[in-house]
Amino acid sequence: MAEPVISFKDYGFQYTAQASPTLYHINLDIYQGEKVLIAGASGSGKSTIGSCLNGLIPYAYAGESTGELLVGGKDPRKESIFTLSQIVGTVLQDTDGQFIGLTVGEDIAFALENDCVPQEEMKETVQEVAKLVDIDHHLEYAPHELSGGQKQRVSLAGVMVDQVKILLFDEPLANLDPAAGRTAIELIDKVQERTGAAVIIIEHRLEDVLWKRVDRIVLMDEGRIVADMPTKDFLTSDMLLGHGLREPLYLSALRYAGIPITKELEPQHVESLRLSEEQKERVRGWYRDQEGLFGTEETKREILSVENLSFGYTPEKQNLKDVSFSIKEGEMVSIVGRNGAGKSTLAKLICGFEKPTAGRICLEGRDLSGDTIKERAQRIGYVMQNPNQMISKPLIWDEVEMALLAGTMSAEERQNRVEETLKICGLYPFRKWPVSALSFGQKKRVTIAGILVQRPQIIILDEPTAGQDYHHYTEIMEFLKSLNERGFTIIMITHDMHLMLEYTPRAIVFSEGELLADTTAAHVLNDPALVEKANLKETSLYTLSVACGIDNPQAFTERFIASEKVRRERQEG
Amino acid sequence: MARVAILNYIKRSSPVHELTGTTKLIFFIAWSVTSMVTFDTRVLLCMLVIGAVIFRISRIRISDISVVLGLAAVFLLLNNLFIYLFTPEYGVELYESRTLLFSIVGRYTVTAQQLFYHLNITLKVICVVPIALLFIACTDPSEFAASLSRIGVSYRTGYAVSLALRYTPDVQREYRNISQAQQARGIDLSGKDKLFTRLKNSVAILLPLIMSSLNRIETVSNAMELRGFGKEKKRTWYAQRGMKRSDWLTIAFAAAILTVGLTVTFWDGSRYYNPFLQ
Amino acid sequence: MKKLSVKSVVAIGIGAALFFVLGKVAIPSPVPNTNISLQYAVEAVFATLFGPIVGAFIGFIGHTLIDATSYGPWWSWIIASAFVGLVIGFVTMKLNVEEGIDSKKLIHFNVAQVIAHVLAWGLVAPVLDILIYAEPIEKLFAQGLMAAVANIITTGVVGTLLLLGYAKTVVKKGSLEKED
Repeated sequence: MAEPVISFKDYGFQYTAQASPTLYHINLDIYQGEKVLIAGASGSGKSTIGSCLNGLIPYAYAGESTGELLVGGKDPRKESIFTLSQIVGTVLQDTDGQFIGLTVGEDIAFALENDCVPQEEMKETVQEVAKLVDIDHHLEYAPHELSGGQKQRVSLAGVMVDQVKILLFDEPLANLDPAAGRTAIELIDKVQERTGAAVIIIEHRLEDVLWKRVDRIVLMDEGRIVADMPTKDFLTSDMLLGHGLREPLYLSALRYAGIPITKELEPQHVESLRLSEEQKERVRGWYRDQEGLFGTEETKREILSVENLSFGYTPEKQNLKDVSFSIKEGEMVSIVGRNGAGKSTLAKLICGFEKPTAGRICLEGRDLSGDTIKERAQRIGYVMQNPNQMISKPLIWDEVEMALLAGTMSAEERQNRVEETLKICGLYPFRKWPVSALSFGQKKRVTIAGILVQRPQIIILDEPTAGQDYHHYTEIMEFLKSLNERGFTIIMITHDMHLMLEYTPRAIVFSEGELLADTTAAHVLNDPALVEKANLKETSLYTLSVACGIDNPQAFTERFIASEKVRRERQEG
Repeated sequence: MARVAILNYIKRSSPVHELTGTTKLIFFIAWSVTSMVTFDTRVLLCMLVIGAVIFRISRIRISDISVVLGLAAVFLLLNNLFIYLFTPEYGVELYESRTLLFSIVGRYTVTAQQLFYHLNITLKVICVVPIALLFIACTDPSEFAASLSRIGVSYRTGYAVSLALRYTPDVQREYRNISQAQQARGIDLSGKDKLFTRLKNSVAILLPLIMSSLNRIETVSNAMELRGFGKEKKRTWYAQRGMKRSDWLTIAFAAAILTVGLTVTFWDGSRYYNPFLQ
Repeated sequence: MKKLSVKSVVAIGIGAALFFVLGKVAIPSPVPNTNISLQYAVEAVFATLFGPIVGAFIGFIGHTLIDATSYGPWWSWIIASAFVGLVIGFVTMKLNVEEGIDSKKLIHFNVAQVIAHVLAWGLVAPVLDILIYAEPIEKLFAQGLMAAVANIITTGVVGTLLLLGYAKTVVKKGSLEKED
């Protein structure tokens, strides 16, 4: 066999700032033309592996390394980061951070500019590469005119100009809506076919990456490689459960139906599944057995109503067009749609950050248009996507108390209210901690506590779980569910299809500023026309149920979710 | 999200737009230096006329830049007012003669010399405004860094300018989002609170903004190093345009303005043109 | 001159963007026509974290952008803004705020910012204004004094709180105990 392009031999690494190593005894060979997924929970060390490959370690992050590492035959610890950038092209998770140029063309040319390539040659290369990633019609565009998926293509083009041997993707799906994520995976596949580069994808969203062929899966846990096997073997092994990964939904469904996952099933992709008639019958049988699990919702009092709402940041462009819907008390609702569909704009209008050009918003039948931001905040709380964008006090107690200080509450009332809120949020034991000592999920709770302390009836959350692994996702969502059970009405803006399916019975779908649908979450994902229009993605459950000849894929999805819930509750109780 | 114009670059085709960023930068510098140094009314008036002509050629409309012009007018008015309030007879001192026109109250007299001084200082500012605006309105921001580098500024500094332009809309959006979320928690900067409270409140917005900016600095510098920034002593520029004949002519014209302007100004050994001494 | 590191280049770019954006945010102040200039607090923090060269360029580029989008560049004040960053960065060079902060360091920072603002607005800006615009000294010093006082207060309050918040936020995870 040929020489590997990447070879770790008993490699270990410890960041200078940390007390214990992040990587232990890594042994890993990757060959030209291979496509490898490095999976694992956050903190498992998977991103550190990436930084070892592209030279950020030791160039930007100091630390001690042991063992051997060769990348393209060179030791990153002895070469400059520039030499490595000719071998490894890295597409970072933060597409805005990687987009350095003022326009698409400039950004793609960035590496060439640094290499002093003459302008003529540079323009040719840019054109060529841009065409390959299908962004050649946008060369004059500025970053804020592009979608997340387009920006990622620019990043990819920008590293491809160097004709690198290795392409490294750090969590490529984290910031994309479902359809854009799928396109990204397709694009990575296409680019690899054309260039023959070795592709390494660092991700925890297994099912989404498996949309296209992946040769091998390397699973990381606590700094060690716990599995390194061909995709098929990995999916049939017991490594899939635990380790912060989520099993692909179609495989869970098969497992629930009592079908063992074997290599013969071709389990790496829902469309490649080879189920025998007998196995299909078992799925159908399971489907029939689950009937009745899914109860109907009782009708409740209407709390928020949005009537004929329209809004545009500029007179020429309407960001929201004639939107009407209502939310009932105690509901948990998802608002979904592609980036820029108007979801966040809607939240800003409800909170009073922006004023509608037409229509009105009523809370318990009362028109809110006369209320100030502050007045509305007493009733409707808004939690931003990134907790770091909200936290402005070093201590948890102060952060939670902040919103009360502007009011008229007495010191004692304030103390009681803050204590009570911290208890609801499970933060009471940490009340004297600095915020900096908390994990992402805990910080998220602090921001939610900072809102809850005003006792709003409704909480709106913007992408509550963006970028979180399965473990943190579950932690945050279960917390929100517990709040919902306490009676808080919860509205979530998301493009996470799992979240919508699992936690919110109802979904409101937006596209280009218009309300496209207001229906059950399961229905949204089982309506191909709606899925396409809103840039969503049907789940593998849909595909599986169709393959098994189930006449009502929507009911199949609903029953699957209901049975998962039962399993989860059984586990807890 | 609202579209944020970086600087008010207005894309049109005109002879001024045709010129490279480098040419416009050189012209702008020569023009600024001349107007800053000279106090010669004749030179300033000539520049005003030339500026107006260039403005016409650029096909930028007054309405495109009315906001900026309004601000400039307010600024000029206030500046003139302050000068007068502090030193109503400063012109007399400067021009070494006194022609009293009338008197308002107390020491506030109106002299021909003072008015002439105000005229000159206003002209000095007015001369620069159209050219500065044109420089911004007719130069593609993409060309900035390349232009700076061509006139001898290190490419690292040039690129810092480019990054400032690149990330201004992002920072602006982030500022807005953070301040809205904090307003919902009772943090208000425009309210009736005391100055000290408002300063303290601003920290609730600035701290998250700065922490996230520090993060951004880390990501962006990693991204730049991973793509070879700083590898060579020089770099080439994708957005740079070649110098044409019109560019060289414009630069020659700029040099002419500078030399003629300064020669005329200092012909009599003083930077001031003094019509009162005959 | 030593070459700027990539990180410094980026710090200048993003710092200038912050300076620019904050300069455009009008916060009314008690005295008409003088806004609270939050950008100087941020410039001071960046100068302390990244040094005098970064501080100076942030002031220069940021202030140029503000002026260029409002009434054309007023060079004397632009240079004074750059000077503020330069002086603060220089005086706080060995402060190492990343390693924690105490009242001694905060006093050091405030001494630096007071020196910087007094020199910038009391000396650099007026002298340049005299050279360029031959404006009357009385007006310039009155103006300079007002600017110096306003900026010293803003930087003193906001800058100090920001540094404090920064130091407490980057502090490493210690051995913290939960309380019931």
